Amino acid sequence: MELFELTAHELHAKLDKRETSAEEIVKSVLGRISRVENKVSAFMTVNIDEAITKAKEIDEYIASGKKITPLTGIPIAVKDNMCTKGILTTASSKILRNYIPPYNATVVEKILQAGAIPIGKTNLDEFAMGSSTENSAYKVTKNPWNLGTVPGGSSGGSAACIAADEAILAFGSDTGGSIRQPASFCGVVGLKPTYGRVSRYGLIAFASSLDQIGPLTKDVTDAAIFLNVMAGHDPKDSTSVDLPVPDYRKSLIDDVKNLKIGVIKELLGEGIGSGVKKSILEAAELLKKLGAKMEEVSMPTLKYGVATYYLLATAEASSNLERYDGVKYGHRSSEADDLLAMYYNTRREGFGPEVKRRIMLGTYALSAGYYDAYYLKAQKVRTLIKNDFEKAFSKFDCLISPTAPSPAFKIGEKTDDPLSMYLSDIATIPVNLAGIPAISIPCGFVNDLPVGLQIIGKAFSEEMLFRVAYAYEQNTEWHKRKPKL
Amino acid sequence: MKVNAKDVEHVAKLARLGLMEDEKKRFTQQLSRILDYAETINKLDTKNVSPTSHAIPMKNIFREDKVVPCENLKDIVANAPKEDNNMFSVPRIME
Amino acid sequence: MKYETVIGLEIHAQLLTESKIFCGCSTKFGAAPNTNICPVCTGQPGVLPVLNKKVIEFAIKTGLALKGSVAKRSIFARKNYFYPDLPKNYQISMYELPLIVGGHMDITVDGKPKHVGITRIHLEEDAGKLVHQGAAGLKGSTGSRVDFNRTGVPLMEIVTEPDIRSPEEAKVFMQELRNLLVYLGVCDGNMEEGSLRCDANVSIRKIGQRELGTKTEVKNMNSFKSVQKALESEIKRQTEMLESGERIVQETRLFDDTTGTTTPMRSKEEAHDYRYFPEPDLVPIEPDKKWVDEIAKTITELPSAKKEKYIKEFGLPEMNASILTSNKNMSDFFDEALKIDPTLALGSSNMLIGEVSAYCNDNKKDISETSLRPDHLIEILKGIDAGVISRTSAKKVIIKVMDTGENVKDIISESGATQISDEKELLNIISDVISNNTKSVADYMSGKENALFFLMGQVMKATKGRANPEVLKKLLIKQIKK
Repeated sequence: MELFELTAHELHAKLDKRETSAEEIVKSVLGRISRVENKVSAFMTVNIDEAITKAKEIDEYIASGKKITPLTGIPIAVKDNMCTKGILTTASSKILRNYIPPYNATVVEKILQAGAIPIGKTNLDEFAMGSSTENSAYKVTKNPWNLGTVPGGSSGGSAACIAADEAILAFGSDTGGSIRQPASFCGVVGLKPTYGRVSRYGLIAFASSLDQIGPLTKDVTDAAIFLNVMAGHDPKDSTSVDLPVPDYRKSLIDDVKNLKIGVIKELLGEGIGSGVKKSILEAAELLKKLGAKMEEVSMPTLKYGVATYYLLATAEASSNLERYDGVKYGHRSSEADDLLAMYYNTRREGFGPEVKRRIMLGTYALSAGYYDAYYLKAQKVRTLIKNDFEKAFSKFDCLISPTAPSPAFKIGEKTDDPLSMYLSDIATIPVNLAGIPAISIPCGFVNDLPVGLQIIGKAFSEEMLFRVAYAYEQNTEWHKRKPKL
Repeated sequence: MKVNAKDVEHVAKLARLGLMEDEKKRFTQQLSRILDYAETINKLDTKNVSPTSHAIPMKNIFREDKVVPCENLKDIVANAPKEDNNMFSVPRIME
Repeated sequence: MKYETVIGLEIHAQLLTESKIFCGCSTKFGAAPNTNICPVCTGQPGVLPVLNKKVIEFAIKTGLALKGSVAKRSIFARKNYFYPDLPKNYQISMYELPLIVGGHMDITVDGKPKHVGITRIHLEEDAGKLVHQGAAGLKGSTGSRVDFNRTGVPLMEIVTEPDIRSPEEAKVFMQELRNLLVYLGVCDGNMEEGSLRCDANVSIRKIGQRELGTKTEVKNMNSFKSVQKALESEIKRQTEMLESGERIVQETRLFDDTTGTTTPMRSKEEAHDYRYFPEPDLVPIEPDKKWVDEIAKTITELPSAKKEKYIKEFGLPEMNASILTSNKNMSDFFDEALKIDPTLALGSSNMLIGEVSAYCNDNKKDISETSLRPDHLIEILKGIDAGVISRTSAKKVIIKVMDTGENVKDIISESGATQISDEKELLNIISDVISNNTKSVADYMSGKENALFFLMGQVMKATKGRANPEVLKKLLIKQIKK
């Protein structure tokens, strides 16, 4: 196998034994990118020179006999809505077409300190608003499994580059499913940690009370290793929790005996594709065979998740995006004779239609006379959804569902109807509303396109998620399949 | 329709979003449809339910009153679309 | 008077913290443009606010001093509007759940007590500074430049109940509030520099009417005097309008110090829809009793309590007590002087509000900037009492001390101003004067009081003014009678 095809833990073993070098690894990945990127279009920026320079530094470091970490020398792709100092960061929007952040996101600092090598910035739906990466203002990323289909969104670039072996690990961000759904579409592992588990400092905000950064990886072990590094309290983020980070690798035991797992009834009913349903039920059977106690559980408020989300997330987003005004950074319209003209034209030219739509929705939901009926009501329904999960977790160790109602759809298939695009997030959104963690792992194929199994846990139960995900993975072969590119 | 053209104009103004005529029409339709759907949450009884602002309840997060200098001030001003004497230049503000 | 004035004040005080409210930038005034900035206070993509603990402490301290209640739970909220001095185009403020609720301040206006209620106190971040080009101000400017040094400086907003009934009350309230904030050490109270700002809501109504009249908001009052002038002007304007049957328009009006009047701020624009919602990047503040009690302990004696003490315990007249407590440095100085010798309370206070204050005003210095120390003052007063120097000479001595900080004894001996109180020394001169002015002596003996003063004057001349007048008078009379 080529170096670019391996996982982080496999590469670490080789580096540790001095069987390879960081430079070899980086050059292998860069070579892969040069061969397949024109088909996949996962990247906004590839940092060729910087990556090779860094790799050489890491090799010197290793040669001097210093101890290496599991991330040392590992090429990592960073979603382009995360600030990288001195490196163009656009959030896939025209309004940040020339933005060079003066600082690094906290998680980027963390991987740099661990000796990892940022390999490039990946494409996303503009400002993370979308479920297909078609809303990027720059390019359409293709699903490596079928180049006529979407990779999912909004972290489509990151998920595609992991599936295509264009990076060993990738950062994604998840507000309503933006890590999990692309993981599901691209047949890779994607985890949204508990809200507050990972620092948001440096993540270009979409919906502040829902956003979380998380790993996109080739297998569950890599996700555990990656989360070990990115998780932890950050004094720069008031919403990050001050709880110790366990060693998530310790959860990677192949044992689910006597765990009580709930199968969410409403997410296997109407609106879910039959092929997807079949994969999930088969996965449930396997878990049962491995000793877990499977039982159906009803979560009646889940169906209100999408409506709730599209009021809350858009309200917060409308406020978070007010700063893009042509005054301090980014695009400024040339039609700017006076201040108001500058504001109107800069934002008209800089934002794409989906972003504009959500800004309008959110502004409306917060506006005078509508706050109570929309925003406040949605906050209350959020409490009901949270309570529904809490009730379920008093009985179950974790819950499972499909990650998405269908496998990857065709490029252009849903762009005419925003609402139908929103409804495809029905399984992932409630998790963000409740602030709890969830992981998506590959569990089958429909029409040669990957299907994802979502495992949901209560707050700060990532260890439980890794345990169940690992056991399933080790007893299947889905994670070993790769797309033909 | 839930939302009419005047509403769309008003909201666009609040959000300082310039809209072309065809965008206004399209958004009026789309927003109405989405809001119609969003209103399904009204079916739920939330009389005695308190709103959730923060999914993971926390309180009293502070920092000490200490000056922490910023190392690269120049990089911040360097991003200005128009700069004048180390200040951010904006076009005239009409009353 | 047909109409009653109703005034409510909205005060913004910049808090004296080292760093800004949500980031570690310095709050120091006067830095070169855009040098006290960082990614957070310039609203870069991806940044987050973190609350400065001292800001909460200062606000709670103020709330307790104003007898308000500390909310069990308060939250920050976003106030959304677009303006170039606001980098995020929303201001992090507080809305539904402020930090302090209720409270009051009792002031004295024209000798009469006045109770002013406080509605609420909350915290927010300051905006940046806009410099307009091509014109004196905003009107007619060709462009503007933004300096973000000030964005994120912590502001404490104090809102009063509409209890104020005259422009003079408003002025006195502002002065007393400023004094309190300076005493607490939370604000330096400089209206001219903008660290203390005042906006007013003004309306008038017929006496006896229960409903409030339409109010206008008055802004841009940059001194205590301006506050009074602006409100007088606005009340006059509203009165004239109502008398001529016109209706008051609810609007914002800016005070112009040069014309002494207010003008409407903007052509009628729709009222701002700030779309307030709880700030998702910050968590609620829930101060526990232990913390609040610790903060309460840091409140040393308040000016009003000090004033009472000076009057009741040390017998000062109200005017002295008032003037002393209107300047924290001066009352601190006085307290030290009292510690050295409490029996000289009246003398100390008179000298402080007299010569010392005059010197400070003339030299535009605060007492803390002079070289005078409390022990100097006591030494001088003791010298007067002991007859070592006259009252008149003492004035010169104290000025010298304030200028140079020199030893009091040295100054007195240098100037040759030592008073002669020694009877033996004086007797010689008195004998001479009596023998050389027999006519005056005879005049005095026959009942002409003025003759005595003439004789005293002669002794004074001979001693170059150094004779102790009381001792001199006594001795002179005794000698004459002999």
